[in-house]
Amino acid sequence: MKKTAFKLVLLSAVAIAAASASFAAEKLKVGFVYVGPVGDFGYSYQHDQGRIAMQKALGDKVETTFLENVPETDSERSIEQLARSGHKLIFTTSFGFMEPTLRVAKKFPGVKFEHATGYKRAGNVSTYTAKFHEGRYVIGQIAGKMTKTNTLGYVASFPIPEVVAGINAFILGAQSVNPDVKVKIVWANTWFDPGKEADAAKALLAQGADIITQHTDSAAPLQEAEKAGKFGFGQASDQARFAPKAQLTAIVDNWSTYYIERTKAVLDGTWKSTDTFGGMDADMVHLAPFANMPDDVKKMAEETAAAIKAKKLNPFKCPILDQDGKAVECKDGKALSDAQITSMNWYVKGVDDKLPK
Amino acid sequence: MRIDLEPRPARTLALDIGAPIVALVAAIIFGGIVIWLLGKSPTLAFEVYFINPLLEGWSLQELAVKACPLVLIAVGLSFCYRANLWNIGAEGQFITGGLLGGWLGILTHNEAYQGLIGGWWILPSMLVLGAIGGALYALIPALLRVWLGASEILTSLMLVYVAELGLDWLVRGPFKDPEGFNFPQSVVFDDIARLPFLAEGERLHAGVLLALIAALIAAFVFARSLFGFEVRLIGEAPRAARFAGFDDRKLTLTVFVISGALAGLAGICEVAGQIGQLTPKISPGYGFTAIIVAFLGRLSPVGILVAALVLALTYIGGEAAQVELSLPSDMTRAFQGILLMCVLVADIATRYRIRLRLGAAA
Repeated sequence: MKKTAFKLVLLSAVAIAAASASFAAEKLKVGFVYVGPVGDFGYSYQHDQGRIAMQKALGDKVETTFLENVPETDSERSIEQLARSGHKLIFTTSFGFMEPTLRVAKKFPGVKFEHATGYKRAGNVSTYTAKFHEGRYVIGQIAGKMTKTNTLGYVASFPIPEVVAGINAFILGAQSVNPDVKVKIVWANTWFDPGKEADAAKALLAQGADIITQHTDSAAPLQEAEKAGKFGFGQASDQARFAPKAQLTAIVDNWSTYYIERTKAVLDGTWKSTDTFGGMDADMVHLAPFANMPDDVKKMAEETAAAIKAKKLNPFKCPILDQDGKAVECKDGKALSDAQITSMNWYVKGVDDKLPK
Repeated sequence: MRIDLEPRPARTLALDIGAPIVALVAAIIFGGIVIWLLGKSPTLAFEVYFINPLLEGWSLQELAVKACPLVLIAVGLSFCYRANLWNIGAEGQFITGGLLGGWLGILTHNEAYQGLIGGWWILPSMLVLGAIGGALYALIPALLRVWLGASEILTSLMLVYVAELGLDWLVRGPFKDPEGFNFPQSVVFDDIARLPFLAEGERLHAGVLLALIAALIAAFVFARSLFGFEVRLIGEAPRAARFAGFDDRKLTLTVFVISGALAGLAGICEVAGQIGQLTPKISPGYGFTAIIVAFLGRLSPVGILVAALVLALTYIGGEAAQVELSLPSDMTRAFQGILLMCVLVADIATRYRIRLRLGAAA
């Protein structure tokens, strides 16, 4: 009898130990791969903010790791290293990670992958990106109102659909409030190179632009605008601290909600391969506080943002004319379809630039 | 006070072998101090950085894969540097090699040109084209030097940027995947145009064998052949070499062609090996890192093999340190810098005696 009781105690002790061990082991390891340094205060920084928010929200159910500054052509090993070290969910956050992500995913069918801004999926690879162009429409309107020279400067990175759609939305926004406005574009051919970005901004300012917009990740173009006493917009992150007098607002990438949701899905076992294209309504894109502008412009911007958020306004509502003045077919009835936006390789009417082919 | 460097009369083998080891230990100690200052355990970091990657099969493979392009390029550079010719443009030769070889991969995409005789010829042709692409590109600075006396340091370096921009333009233009939504990249090559992996599902590709063979042949050439002697003689005593009847113009062209061909081969091995398509950037700076590797390995092919593996270890250990200890990625680069400094200081110390002269004018 005594012996049995002792055995029971022992058994339950073992059971408890085993249970707690397996509980500890169930902590989900989530990995992130960034193309830039987390200190870029732009794109990669914002993804890392998403990671931190997710870690905070899900607490001790998850453990997160990140690899920063990962070169795109040499990324397969880095992604694989995360998969091998027990990470069950891996976010690869740059377009160039697409093929390597797919290759590692093939090798690790038990690991879930999330690739930002790409277009190829697999059973265990989802893609996600945000409708940044919604934010660009709003800042286009602000720029159209604020400019005195009717010349807006645009520092662009690479002529991929996301960037082209951004340019188009910006111009459509500007034209909606100021038909005389012109946009000048400089292709910096980099995502992150403060020196080059600053030079591009200087060139635009010298050509008479008095508002600088950017689709590159550092705060350098905005800082150039500040130095010249002109205005600009923050990119990916609220960059007001770098240019308190020049930043009108910023398009903020907000990945927190998405990262929390997807990680939860893995924890619940409901994760499926999907393609997410969320906008201001899903809070994946939001705008930093409106500053340095008169009240009427602020009011207009707030109303436009609210309308987009409520899905009452679509920046790509039809009719839309292309550069030659021909109407573009609207595959979504009243507006361009998501597929048309994510594969955009043409300019709308009024863009004073030739798309680099 | 003045510091003088006096050449040591004779270098001993013990010093030659001991110095790099002392340098490595010193680098680990300095690195450990930095890690300790960052509030992490230096011993744990040491384990993650240097020991763990050597214990697992997959990370050993990754070491070889990462070292492969470095070995190929550095072995080629050792021909130039031994002859006292400064090819700084291996990065450009790497790119043109990858480009010319990759062009065939794009042409034969989707089984084009593979109808009658199959696709067996594609990969070997790509490798040959890669070597030719690199060699021709290296010939430009060599010819400019021979014909016009232009500094090969400048011309080869400048041509790197030309190659980078050329690749950039091609993958955004003629080489762009027509179904790729305007994203700047080519189609993914057919499997038959990819370097085979040495085992199913692994990452070790056949390029690693090519690197090994290249190092062995170079070791043989340097040790046993007249050509190897000629290279060294022209590097160390060009006048004596001319008296001996060696043609230094021909040699300049030859070593640049060898160096370029190996860099081009490295390029196509990367493109057909682990990348599988052309993208705007196909090298994270291998051509420049290989210069460090060539010198760490003291321009000897066996030394280069070891040096490339050590450098590969710092990359892979550095990533492991990011994953397991959340050390920043800058730590990897800082450590590589510390290592290079220590090796250079050790190198000076083995060749020269350092004398402090008190009271002498500087």
